[in-house]
Amino acid sequence: MSEAVVDTSVPAEQLYGCEVTYSRGEKVIHASRENYIATLKKAIDDSFTMCTDLTAVDFLTYASPNRQLPSSVVGERFEIVLNLISLERRERLRLRVQIAEGEASLPTAFDLYPGTEAMEREVFDMFGIQFEGHPDPSRILMPEDWEGHPLRKDFSVGRIPVQFKGAPS
Amino acid sequence: MTSNLITATPAATGEGPQEMRSRSELTAKEVLREVGSVLRMSEKDAAELTSSPVENDEEQTMIINMGPQHPSTHGVLRLMLELQGEKVLRCKPIIGYLHTGMEKQGEELTYMQGGTNVTRMDYASPLNNELVFSLAVEKLLGIDGDIPERATWMRMLLSELNRMSSHLLFMATNGMDMGAVSMMIYGWREREEVLRFFQKVTGLRMNHNFIRPGGLAADLPAGWRDDVLAILEGLPSRLAEYDVLMTNQPIWRERLQGVGVITAEEAVALGTSGPILRSAGIAWDLRRDLPYLKYDEVEFDVIVGSYGDAFDRYAIRLNEIRESMKIVYQILDKMPSGDYRIQDKKVTPPPRARIDESMEALIHHFKIFTEGFKVPEGEVYVGIESPRGEIGCFIVSDGSPKPYRIHMRAPSFVNIQALPHMMRDGLIADAVAVISSVDPVLGEVDR
Repeated sequence: MSEAVVDTSVPAEQLYGCEVTYSRGEKVIHASRENYIATLKKAIDDSFTMCTDLTAVDFLTYASPNRQLPSSVVGERFEIVLNLISLERRERLRLRVQIAEGEASLPTAFDLYPGTEAMEREVFDMFGIQFEGHPDPSRILMPEDWEGHPLRKDFSVGRIPVQFKGAPS
Repeated sequence: MTSNLITATPAATGEGPQEMRSRSELTAKEVLREVGSVLRMSEKDAAELTSSPVENDEEQTMIINMGPQHPSTHGVLRLMLELQGEKVLRCKPIIGYLHTGMEKQGEELTYMQGGTNVTRMDYASPLNNELVFSLAVEKLLGIDGDIPERATWMRMLLSELNRMSSHLLFMATNGMDMGAVSMMIYGWREREEVLRFFQKVTGLRMNHNFIRPGGLAADLPAGWRDDVLAILEGLPSRLAEYDVLMTNQPIWRERLQGVGVITAEEAVALGTSGPILRSAGIAWDLRRDLPYLKYDEVEFDVIVGSYGDAFDRYAIRLNEIRESMKIVYQILDKMPSGDYRIQDKKVTPPPRARIDESMEALIHHFKIFTEGFKVPEGEVYVGIESPRGEIGCFIVSDGSPKPYRIHMRAPSFVNIQALPHMMRDGLIADAVAVISSVDPVLGEVDR
């Protein structure tokens, strides 16, 4: 079912200097940390003026090669996923950025899309990814003194032990 | 001053020089910051402020907490307002009081069970949450083209009725917040009629888990058409009453017009959607602009405002009830016969009667409910128009029966960022009108 296996014989489709893949017919571009802001600027100039969603995925326990990445992109532990909308052309565009565990940070998109402020705070809160230049890098959903980042895969959900009568202790 | 009011100088709020300076002093970058200056004060800063000494400044400002226990904050929204007299200088929403880790929970539930989780996010429009989740799972499975016609039209019927009930709830709470308390009773009464229909169809008034990957849980009950017609025929006269009670009433207009204004640029920059975006004059409705289900086969108008104020948002929602009624009439005409769910053994449990006569059906039934069904690897984002704006579902699947990552793009979470912009330089009495006009559902904001 993985349809994103890139055929290397044809030159890969490019958009804003990033490689393009399709996931279930949805257009996805793969930016790097370095050209992330530059790519967003190009996207805005190309009428993608609205950022509807910014979130992250932790690929700690899913290192499968079927992650639908183009051959030139190395899969890292974290991935930031942005969903952009062009109101003019009625199009969606998804942008994926790989972020290594050791350098879990990314420049903020706040200056380009002010609406990402709360979303970036949520990603910081849930994944511990820092956004450089963010005006308010604080937790948003969890209490301020919370330890750990709940949506990381190595953050245990926790369980309440259930005791049954006669169960071996 | 009472003891719960804290006074402080603006510099001590820790929010940076975004206020109290004229625009001519600010650089372009700072103006941009201010446009996005939202959700900015951390609880720590807030705590520091409470302990800072009172200064005898002539231009005394004070910071007060509104919520989380406040009847007009629609749940547990907490706003920190910096006031100068009655004027709101700055505002910062502080959220998270209802956070229950639903996205983490979603990773522990199978695709079969996921509907029960997502339906509890936006509890005023649960069917839309289920719909977007089901559409995303179906797209991952690659069966989105094989859903029976009747299932699609039934989903549209429920989605539109849910939009009506959600907007009727808004009419009620908006009226209540503005002091039109009788409106609260009327809005609730009309909403109850829709919920009664939901109860008849799904068995529950809310949190239905009725729209499921592959179709719906059951077919429409006998006599559903009469029930829907009864709702549709009863509503217009009631909506006309709302016009008398609110829309055309000078006090109501005075209270809402020009309050909580947001410009089109701000609305787009902040990523708002739904009635807030449309009130600023941008005709953006996913039902028309990126159609899903069969919305391209029905006639309806996208209601657009022109001033971006609280009155526009009220009027948009009122008229969207009428548009939804128009759509529901067309759905009644076009509702095809057929199956209400896909007959794909992978996602559809066998019918109850088969379990009594077939061992295989029993095993199949057991397996599908204990283990769930496997979904191919991939990632997908689906967005639909909920009553509050774009609700999106982003799922990453690693090929197991549980989502590797499920993220819900909650419209209220994003829309709430617009509050500081709408409130700036307004009166504290208008703050209630502004919160109400954004119509946030805190279950969805905090997830």
